[in-house]
Amino acid sequence: MDSLTQKIREIASNILKEGRVDMVIGFAKGTIPMTTKPYMARTPEQVENFIWDKNCTLNLANYITGRKEKIGIIAKGCDSRNIVNHIVENKISRDQLYIIGVPCSGMADKHNPDELRDNCATCTHRNPVIFDVMAAEPVEEQKIDDPFADVKAVEAMDKDAKWSYFEGLLQNCIRCYACRNACPLCYCPTCFVDESGPQWVGKGQNKTDIQTFHFLRAFHCAGRCTDCGACEAACPMDIHVRAFTRKLNKDSLELFGWEAGLDITKRPPLDTFNPDDPNDFIK
Amino acid sequence: MKVIKIDKKEWTGGIDKSREKYLLFGPVKDKDVTNKEHYIFKKLAAGEFPVMEGVDTVLSPKSVIFPQTEKILKSSLDQSQPDHHIMKRVENDYSSRAVIGIRSFDAKALTLVNLNFDTKDYQDPYWCDAYKATTFVGLAVNKPSDVDFSTSMGSGPFGEEGLDVLLVDNGEEFLAKVITDKGKTFLDAAGFNKTADESAVKKIEDLKAQAEKTIADKAKVGTDNLKNKTVLDLYEAPFWDDIAFSCINCGTCTFVCPTCWCFDIQDETKGKSCTRFKNWDSCMFPLFTLHGSGHNPRGVKTQRVRQRFMHKLKYFLDKYDKGTMCVGCGRCVQSCPVNIDIREVCNIMNNYEPKK
Repeated sequence: MDSLTQKIREIASNILKEGRVDMVIGFAKGTIPMTTKPYMARTPEQVENFIWDKNCTLNLANYITGRKEKIGIIAKGCDSRNIVNHIVENKISRDQLYIIGVPCSGMADKHNPDELRDNCATCTHRNPVIFDVMAAEPVEEQKIDDPFADVKAVEAMDKDAKWSYFEGLLQNCIRCYACRNACPLCYCPTCFVDESGPQWVGKGQNKTDIQTFHFLRAFHCAGRCTDCGACEAACPMDIHVRAFTRKLNKDSLELFGWEAGLDITKRPPLDTFNPDDPNDFIK
Repeated sequence: MKVIKIDKKEWTGGIDKSREKYLLFGPVKDKDVTNKEHYIFKKLAAGEFPVMEGVDTVLSPKSVIFPQTEKILKSSLDQSQPDHHIMKRVENDYSSRAVIGIRSFDAKALTLVNLNFDTKDYQDPYWCDAYKATTFVGLAVNKPSDVDFSTSMGSGPFGEEGLDVLLVDNGEEFLAKVITDKGKTFLDAAGFNKTADESAVKKIEDLKAQAEKTIADKAKVGTDNLKNKTVLDLYEAPFWDDIAFSCINCGTCTFVCPTCWCFDIQDETKGKSCTRFKNWDSCMFPLFTLHGSGHNPRGVKTQRVRQRFMHKLKYFLDKYDKGTMCVGCGRCVQSCPVNIDIREVCNIMNNYEPKK
């Protein structure tokens, strides 16, 4: 068995036995090739179901939102950054968590298992940024010369080309909302597309309504998105929804020098006022 | 039963000929702006042919009969008009159409949906008109996918229920089993009329046995005990929280499912006109059951996950006595972002013995 899997099970078992947590959330093996499923172990016996491999593509921070128990959680780099977000946004308290950090060398692309998925290929935070214990020694972080080359390519398009690219990206959307629901940031009690009294957005396959959902969702994630890729891992239609969030991640970095989820003492840039703000309009 | 032999060299010519009398639908390859490829069922444009290599489509062909969004009624809001605010049926095209290359389990699925939309007391006109106008030309599955468990769910790779013609790929030719008169009419329209010799029936049986064995060699899904369980025993069973834990409550499973028939009605106005739409809905969404009062009888995700499986595997079975409302296509197994596997859930339900 993989030593990381072994270590995760050992730590999870110990914290359950010691009564430090009520449950541990991790990944279990899926029933079809190249899949895993988020899994909650409540007993030391159940930790035997935990695994760690190249297919742990979802973000487990999504499973702690608003929970009241003491929770052990297995966290790769991006999961840990979303845990930081959650703590900053008061969705969970630090004391409730026992974070088992897992250094990550990237997850596999769901269609090309020998390659890293897109977001992992440009990831510069593979090691957890917050943890109580590490399951292994940290891995070396990647140095990426131009992490936003894809966004720049879209920025370089003229207005019409850009718009037709956006339309093309969303043409197969079936509005299942898997992207939203897999996203740890999307915890609104009622999403704006689900508002029914009055209703805010049309519910059919009208392309304007579909685009409204995706664009607004992306803006709502501005300065909060960790580019964990859970949205794309979840999408049954393989839509490149990160095309939108990545532009906002680039803006956050360029305008505010900000990457989400690195520090529990700092609030996201669109959520705070700073007299030294680099933009004139706010002063 | 009659079997027609179609030389593959004559296939495209025949399909083109059939367009004179039929609108055609079938699986085609779709490439998005990021070059990701999928197969989707759609109306075939002139010169476009269905892919007949037994491809998997993420979505089932149910949208051919039951579109995700369908205009059903319209009215004028202009009070100077005598018929303002009177809803009238939108005129849709219900001329003869054929779905080419539909799989057996998907055709069977449509017969199950038909039980809901075409009843003694109520007939949904939009469904009924489209369903009746359609000829289903199936393609037998010689090589079932890893998630295909159709033989456990009353269908199978060569099932004939709901089909008018079953095409069997036999190398250089298709062997077309004529199932209904409707099917014969389509084959005639395409000019496919060479009767196959005696050996064709045997050949089809051999390929069928081989395909069914491929599925049987994998894990079997048990449904035999479901009927005798009581609804409340299953409803109150202790396993639902564990099954639902990983669920993110997206609508993927219900939207890719060939038998999920739930819909929502929406009115949209623009200027002086109003249109009423019928949209797919999903029992996975909290909004699905939200009452006007604000109360939600299925406000917690476990309740919604339970509803989906209970409807598919118990309520439907009890109501119609026509097996489960799952045909074993495996699409939800393949597409679920968190690997909730209906094969496992079905076995858990089927094997559950409540503690007395």
